[in-house]
Amino acid sequence: MQDFAAAFIEAFNLLARADSDLLEIVGLSLRVSLSAVILSCFIGFPIGAALGIGRFPGRQTLIVCVNALMGLPPVVVGLIVYLFLSNAGPLGWMEILYSPTAMIIAQTILVAPIVAALSRQVVGDLHAEYAEQFRSLSVPTRTAVAALLWDARHSLATVALAGFGRAIAEVGAVIIVGGNIDHLTRVMTTAIALETSKGNLALALALGLILIVLALAVNAGVAILRSASERHADA
Amino acid sequence: MPEALLPASISRLTFEAGGRRLVNDAHLELQLGTITMIMGPNGAGKSLLLRLLHGLIEPSAGNIQWGTRAPSEDTRYQQAMVFQRPVMLRRSVAANIDFALRLRGKKDTVARDRILSTVGLQDCAKQPARLLSGGEQQRLSLARALATEPDVLFLDEPTAHLDPASTAAIEDIVRVAHRAGTKIIFVSHDIGQARRLADEVIFMHRGRILEQTPASQFFKDPKSPEATQFLAGELVF
Repeated sequence: MQDFAAAFIEAFNLLARADSDLLEIVGLSLRVSLSAVILSCFIGFPIGAALGIGRFPGRQTLIVCVNALMGLPPVVVGLIVYLFLSNAGPLGWMEILYSPTAMIIAQTILVAPIVAALSRQVVGDLHAEYAEQFRSLSVPTRTAVAALLWDARHSLATVALAGFGRAIAEVGAVIIVGGNIDHLTRVMTTAIALETSKGNLALALALGLILIVLALAVNAGVAILRSASERHADA
Repeated sequence: MPEALLPASISRLTFEAGGRRLVNDAHLELQLGTITMIMGPNGAGKSLLLRLLHGLIEPSAGNIQWGTRAPSEDTRYQQAMVFQRPVMLRRSVAANIDFALRLRGKKDTVARDRILSTVGLQDCAKQPARLLSGGEQQRLSLARALATEPDVLFLDEPTAHLDPASTAAIEDIVRVAHRAGTKIIFVSHDIGQARRLADEVIFMHRGRILEQTPASQFFKDPKSPEATQFLAGELVF
């Protein structure tokens, strides 16, 4: 129990003096996860919009597939990306295994289906509301898609935050493709796993606290966006 | 200059869904310069007829001829519709009008402000459209429709959920649009409203058009027993 309390005190000390190792790990975590979320939005929003608005054969099957991909186990994604990027793999020539780029790719594969599936729901619901009015006004398809994405922007920002929550908290994929190399690919979740196994509870706890604060910040962000959108009567 | 939509001629128009004939063998002639009121009890097929005319749904059989043209994207481009429940874009009041103006290739804040003042919403321009009252939303919806400068304006019971003041405001705007040369086709089951607005009445019952007569004649001497019952305030079903 004493160890536990001492670990907490040390953790707060690390945070208070802005330990450089700690900041480096937090910085890399944010860089990797934010990059993955931005890439996922570029991939997921158009797919979500196409599935939400379009009516084409196989659409329902695609929706089921995208929804199923939301639950991809991170370690499996990590393993597949590892196989592709390892020297013997088809993309081995890129030599990006054990780099932040590989971690961004793995997290993008995890997050893009979440963004696509949730944005399909958001855009689809809004489309159901606007469709007849748009048809009456003879709105061209491209203008309609742009208008739907713009009018759903607050809900889509919430979708992006949900994706960020998934990316920043996962450990399975980044540890396999990143390798948890100090000063290169060590992020918060992999560091917590390593430091805990080494018995260095203070650093693990400090990182854990930051992760919890980030999770809270993401939730607060969602709540603020939701209330902003209600103020604008977007709900 | 786009080709004229009127006179329009509708023959043997039929719409079926779920094995039921919801609009049955409708024949109509629509002329320029009149306010045409489509009346009838609930479920008569009034809103469906409006959607068929506007090209929002495809008929099961029959013909619609707008001038010399069949309904298409082009004919719909010259028409506009106000729905019973206004669909407000999640934007400001002004941005709702701007959206319609841009669709017709205009980016004109002067025109937008003029349209908003025509419907009495100039002071709400920056407000989110969805925070307007029901009556204000319907006025904005009407203003947005008029911003496209339609030759034909369809209105599907636009005052069904509105108080008398809002109803009067909508009717005034419709009269102004009519005087400016827009053909008005208005669905309502409000007899008082029809008396105030209509030049001619199309009476529908169970998917059939029972009569298309000048309003004065319809209210004095309706041809069908169903219309007589309807005007007498009896329950028609």
